[in-house]
Amino acid sequence: MADMQTPLRRVRGLGSARGGTAHFWRVRVTSVALVPLSLFAIWLVLATFGSGYLETRAMLAHPVVAILLGLFVVITLDHMRSGMEEIIADYIHGEGLKLVLLMLNLFFVLVVGGACLFALLKIAFGG
Amino acid sequence: MSNSTATRPGMKPRPLSPHLSIYKPIPTMMMSIVHRITGGALYFGMLLVAWWLVAASTSEDAFGLAQGVMGSWIGILVLIGFTWALWHHLLGGMRHLLWDTGYAMDKHTATTLAWATLAGSLALTLLTWIAVFVVGA
Repeated sequence: MADMQTPLRRVRGLGSARGGTAHFWRVRVTSVALVPLSLFAIWLVLATFGSGYLETRAMLAHPVVAILLGLFVVITLDHMRSGMEEIIADYIHGEGLKLVLLMLNLFFVLVVGGACLFALLKIAFGG
Repeated sequence: MSNSTATRPGMKPRPLSPHLSIYKPIPTMMMSIVHRITGGALYFGMLLVAWWLVAASTSEDAFGLAQGVMGSWIGILVLIGFTWALWHHLLGGMRHLLWDTGYAMDKHTATTLAWATLAGSLALTLLTWIAVFVVGA
């Protein structure tokens, strides 16, 4: 039977990594967002350096700080996940180990992200 | 390893491209490697961010412990490394974004940018820590 797919349809999303350009694009989009967000995070750490417990919490509880830091954490973790996937795909050749590491990568990102966001929300909501 | 297309049993071995060890190190290549290493280091560095935030949300004692460890000389050394890795990865990433648009790809510009990434990251790390000690003092 003749192939009814257009060349574009065959190519889209089916490169050698089976993911086409989606992965590449996601790394780029998150990296663009992370340029200002990282600068904000560096500024925040500088601004709270040496401050005590109450001062730091008061700063983290400010809605603008909490929102921007939350975005920094979420987008950083998405970017990290993509980056580590690339590293794993490049250096790990055994399919079993690769699968395990890709899972661990996702778990790591979810646990770190969950912890950061819970902490941020708890402080922001005054807990 | 054995499932790779290069070594699958019964298949004629496929040619492999030469690996890093045969090339003379050049600035763009070194900065590419450092970009990946700093990315990997920042990945685990996020554990420190998580610890700091969770400690701040837990109790004054937990926060004091985190501040104490990160404020010790070894903690500060790690944080300086973290700062440098972040600046380097940030500048390296911006260089990649520039390349993605098709600019600055020629050999000499790329080499200049590689050196600029290194110099810029060291300078910004120094400035950051001067700011830390000025704010902290």
